[in-house]
Amino acid sequence: MTNSNILKGRTWVWPDDVNTDIIIPFRFKARTNDPVEMAKYTMYGFDPEFYKKVKPGDLFVAGRNFGGGSSREQAPVAIKYSNVAAVIAESFARIFYRNCFAIGLPALEVPGVTKQVKQFDEIEVDLQDWSVKTRDGSVHPALKVPEFLRGLMREGGLVEYYKHHHSFPWEALETKVTTR
Amino acid sequence: MHQDILTDDALTFAEKIISVRAGGGEKTHHPGDITVIPADLAMAQDSTGPLAIKVFGEMGVPRVWDPSKIHLVIDHSFPAPDEKVANLHHLMREFVKNYGVRLVEGSISHQHLLENHIVPGMVLFGADSHTCQGGAVGAFATGIGSSEMAAVWASGKLWVKVPDSIKVNLSGQFKKGVFARDVVSHFISTVGEDGGNYRSIEWKGPAVKDLSIASRACISNNSMECGCKLSIFEVDSATQEYFRSVNRKPMYEIHAGPKATYKDEYDIDLGKLGPEVAEPGNVDKVKEVGEVEGTPIDQAFIGSSTNGRYEDLAITAKILKGHKVKTGTRCVITPASRSIFEQAIKNGLVEIFLQSGAVFTNATCGACVGTHLGALGENEVCISSSPRNYIGRMGALTSKIYLSSPATAAASAIEGKIADPRRYL
Repeated sequence: MTNSNILKGRTWVWPDDVNTDIIIPFRFKARTNDPVEMAKYTMYGFDPEFYKKVKPGDLFVAGRNFGGGSSREQAPVAIKYSNVAAVIAESFARIFYRNCFAIGLPALEVPGVTKQVKQFDEIEVDLQDWSVKTRDGSVHPALKVPEFLRGLMREGGLVEYYKHHHSFPWEALETKVTTR
Repeated sequence: MHQDILTDDALTFAEKIISVRAGGGEKTHHPGDITVIPADLAMAQDSTGPLAIKVFGEMGVPRVWDPSKIHLVIDHSFPAPDEKVANLHHLMREFVKNYGVRLVEGSISHQHLLENHIVPGMVLFGADSHTCQGGAVGAFATGIGSSEMAAVWASGKLWVKVPDSIKVNLSGQFKKGVFARDVVSHFISTVGEDGGNYRSIEWKGPAVKDLSIASRACISNNSMECGCKLSIFEVDSATQEYFRSVNRKPMYEIHAGPKATYKDEYDIDLGKLGPEVAEPGNVDKVKEVGEVEGTPIDQAFIGSSTNGRYEDLAITAKILKGHKVKTGTRCVITPASRSIFEQAIKNGLVEIFLQSGAVFTNATCGACVGTHLGALGENEVCISSSPRNYIGRMGALTSKIYLSSPATAAASAIEGKIADPRRYL
């Protein structure tokens, strides 16, 4: 039996400061509302053929400030609809990070991760434990995330969450929750 | 209780505004706290709005929280350059008809909201990263994505994490040829592309009083390029005068306490800055103009929400007057709003632009995002007053974008290569 909390996949390793224009250029993302179409332009700024090379279940491992720049949610949507299972980064840009949870794309912040992983390594992401196991078997915990965001991600993002609960996950928040 | 928070000596702007607006203002919130605040305005534009509309429909929410507070702005690709864009614009107009929300066409959202709706102390969520421009007049203004925008449309509120704050002390006076854009470029090169991530920047110091509201808007807008959540100029006499002149009343005038805690502090002497140019690829690769002078260009673009205001067009006209744009070089000038467009015509700036051989377009984001009105081909080089020089931002992946003030871009248009604006002033 497979454990749905464990994602095993092949890595694509990206550098620091990969902005959302690289992930999907404006002229493509602003001309469709179809996530499958958006996925054809994933990582276009680095490789216009990327969508032909990515395989379902692949994982992104990036440096600092992944997803900087534009607020475009089409960036994580394109990644998700490329069937990339999760994005791991040394750090994320603020809006991109929020957008990942809002659309149900697992995003784990793991300082130092790019030193532990090479292109096309097979690694594991544990969504329950919120950690990454690299090829040598070592486990690297991701920075903690508030439970309401983890719950949002598990339920698949805001659309699915709202359909089930008819409310938004933060509406039940007490006035104070500390993230880290 | 509001009053206690507003007068607390030890709180930053971000701590105060979030504490005042969250949960009835009953307790103070500090960096790292997560809470929920109500929106006073919610804005989405034509490259984020259509996705928000789709998400809103999929959620199955029957109505929006308050149609008068929701603005759909068609600005990035206005008027539609092709059928695909036109169809998404149509989707937005249909949403406006069905839900009664506000429609704006042909002004850049940030400038339109500043000119017509934002007031100090307001909470504005915008589905556009440069929404942080609203901090120029002491508003909580920040960018979010499309799904969260749909949630704001549904509920009128959103979660926020209280950010750490950075203080920047501005002193001294600009030398000839140096402008607000050069200050913020210099700051971004100092802190780096993610130096403001999860942070609120407070611009302070004796030089602030000399900055126009437009210059403050340029700085708050372009602060996004270091990833900030907020970029704040507190209300001062210039802000008060501006709101008197446009007949709008502040909600709250929030001032950080003198004993507030900052994660970092920076000092910038405006008198020590020269014209700054960011090299292609990263917004923090900034050099003084002398180091890149002479680089051949194919296009100069003056416009965008960062630098398409009247004062930007005025300095552009001052430089272009009596000169011609170099043969073989395009100079595209795009105002940030309809009212700036009209003012530029009325005051004779457009005549100067046309005589110089420049192209003057309608107000739109346009060339900045490579969607129309000045996209770049293979290996072309542009100097631009827009906010971003990322790979392929304005067109071909092999094209290159240098970023500068409008003055530096205008001088470069005359010479067909990157040029020092001080020669023309």
